[in-house]
Amino acid sequence: MAGLNPGVQRKGMIRGRKWPYHIGLTVTALIIAFPLLYAALISTQTNAEIFAFQIRPGSALRDHFQSVWFDRDFAGAMWNSTQQAIYVTVGKTILSLIAGLAFVYFKFKFKWFVFFLVLITLMMPTEVMILAMFRQVSGYGWQDTMTAIVVPFLASATGAFLFRQHFANLPTDLLEAAQIDGASPIKFLTKILIPLSWNVIAAMFVIQFVYTWNMFLWPSLILRDPEKQVVQTALQGLTNIDGALTYGPLMLAAIIASIPPAIIFVLMQKPFMSGFAVGQNK
Amino acid sequence: MLIIGLVVAAIIGPLFVWRNNENRSIKRYGIGSAAAVVGAAAPAIGMGQCGFADGATGVDHLFMYGLMFGGGWLALLAAQSFFDRADGKKKDSAAFAGEIRTGGFRLGTWVPWVLLSPTLLILIVFLYFPAFSTFTLSTKLTRLGAPKSVDVCFGNFTELLITDPFKLVAYPLIAVALLYGARFWMRRSEPGTLSRRGADVASVLAVLSVFVALYAMFSPGGGGQVAYRPVYVTTIIISLGIVAFGMIGGLAVAYLAFRNLRGASIYRTMLIWPYAISPAVAGVLFFMIFDPTAGIFTHVMDVWFGIDVPNYRETAFLAQFSIILASGWKILGYNILFYLAGLQTVPLAQVEAALIDGATSWQRFTKIVLPALSPITFFLLVTNLTYAFFEVYATIDFMTKGAPAGKTSVAIYEIIRIGVNNGDLGRGAAQSVLLFIAVIAITMWQFRTSGERVSYGGS
Repeated sequence: MAGLNPGVQRKGMIRGRKWPYHIGLTVTALIIAFPLLYAALISTQTNAEIFAFQIRPGSALRDHFQSVWFDRDFAGAMWNSTQQAIYVTVGKTILSLIAGLAFVYFKFKFKWFVFFLVLITLMMPTEVMILAMFRQVSGYGWQDTMTAIVVPFLASATGAFLFRQHFANLPTDLLEAAQIDGASPIKFLTKILIPLSWNVIAAMFVIQFVYTWNMFLWPSLILRDPEKQVVQTALQGLTNIDGALTYGPLMLAAIIASIPPAIIFVLMQKPFMSGFAVGQNK
Repeated sequence: MLIIGLVVAAIIGPLFVWRNNENRSIKRYGIGSAAAVVGAAAPAIGMGQCGFADGATGVDHLFMYGLMFGGGWLALLAAQSFFDRADGKKKDSAAFAGEIRTGGFRLGTWVPWVLLSPTLLILIVFLYFPAFSTFTLSTKLTRLGAPKSVDVCFGNFTELLITDPFKLVAYPLIAVALLYGARFWMRRSEPGTLSRRGADVASVLAVLSVFVALYAMFSPGGGGQVAYRPVYVTTIIISLGIVAFGMIGGLAVAYLAFRNLRGASIYRTMLIWPYAISPAVAGVLFFMIFDPTAGIFTHVMDVWFGIDVPNYRETAFLAQFSIILASGWKILGYNILFYLAGLQTVPLAQVEAALIDGATSWQRFTKIVLPALSPITFFLLVTNLTYAFFEVYATIDFMTKGAPAGKTSVAIYEIIRIGVNNGDLGRGAAQSVLLFIAVIAITMWQFRTSGERVSYGGS
């Protein structure tokens, strides 16, 4: 690469030949995609075809789908994960919006203390208190319920600060105008702030959806009933079907499990990036 | 022994006031002294002075004094913020809390509390409360699902450490002394001199000494102690491996991809999509690749290179390598995403000037691009470390389950193994507290350093 002289001009335009970059990027993209492409190949093969290291797609995709989606009820797990991800994402976004509203547009006693209380939670990841939380939530009798995998995750310091930051950067005369019109805080939020915040809401939505959908440790502790599993924990049950290791169905399930977050991420990439830009600026 | 601690607190209190205040008065010295004594006494009496009881070891005394010191220090910090307010020195807490200068809604004072109450309620019930119970659980011996428990004071902690109290004090003190020494040298030396080079080397060594001190403090096992040193070593190897692989790889790919080519956005999507993949799925995918009988890795090594690869779940190096590869691959997309955004802010005028001066591409990269990216690098370092501490759990659970012989059992995996699989909540909670302290230390370091580091150009 040394001889290519990758000079950089305005906006990162390349001086000189471009095809080496195209080749380099294509190769890199293929290397990154390799684990998934390999899994896609395996998901079509029977065990015999896998052990023969056959490079062509196999004959078993339909059987694997039947076994994963219907026989092992992966469909049910997908539905559980969808519900969980939507409840958490929507709930968290709403709570963060109104918390941001309170922090930016209200004066009240002990605000600094409340702010501090929320700020401190940034250094309190759930994982370090997972045993105490497991005991506590089990004590409520919430095992195997949707409540257990939704409610504890509804509040978020990151979200509250994301919106606080965004609102604080909006022009201050917005509020004056709203007050002259006699708008209530909720009206101010829904009619003025939210329409100005779609980028941040989209960023929040992508981050939280992916985070919730991909959650593993907590559901693996609190969900024991095989019918109540979410996709990530349902994968565990697929490592072993009828006492034998079956690679094909497991790979197929892993791919299916990745489709919803991947679609959301790819579709909402643009607003996601610009929303992050808001979070980054001081 | 409690009295000794309280006397020391009564002396440290006024010293603290003297050091941190311009307005020194007898009253303030008195408040400082009282605050330190109360702060130190609270945890000791709250725990029934169990660390000073008959039969308590030197290490128990040490923990009790440590806790008293922490309590006293917190009380002094609180008193200090009170003094600062009185002096009118308060850091503009209104601006800190993000108020808008033109006032706010003039409504009943209850309105903001109603808006904040759902967030606060959930944070208190599902974060503050379990955090507090983690600390209380860590001083007990209790089984999962059993109502009874026995107080064991610091027993769950002391069994993770070496038994010599003098070494336990000396090692961290040496490490801290080295850190301060290196910092002092750094301040005294001019940039570009030989002395600055020496100071650079010394600060790296000082940071290393912290890791070495911790290594020496954790028990290697035997004599009724729990072998926590191997867990520490495994955690360090796997976390640093993931962070190094993820960040260097991410920067390399982003540096290749940030240029304005035709189809740049398609390339970008093709590079960052693993962000959406879960750690569990990453575990499943690499479980397939490395599978000893059906996996492509073993097959290719055998057929193409004639190397007979042993089962990765039975070989420590391969097991750790596979975990690092799987987790590093998953986090790569996230790092590429941020580095791509960061590379847009690199000052192009400087790059062009360097080009005219005849700098090689490597020089341009290290002298201009890397320093401009340092805030992003730092941000990613912290987020990647958090990922490597916690999210790696799912990947390990699918690939190695901690095997062979705990060589891939990192701290979080060990906590679940002890606390849930063995049902030993107290011991698991004690290990959770250690991990908690590590997270707090990293966050404090982040808050302090992100204030000091400056980016050139951009944002």
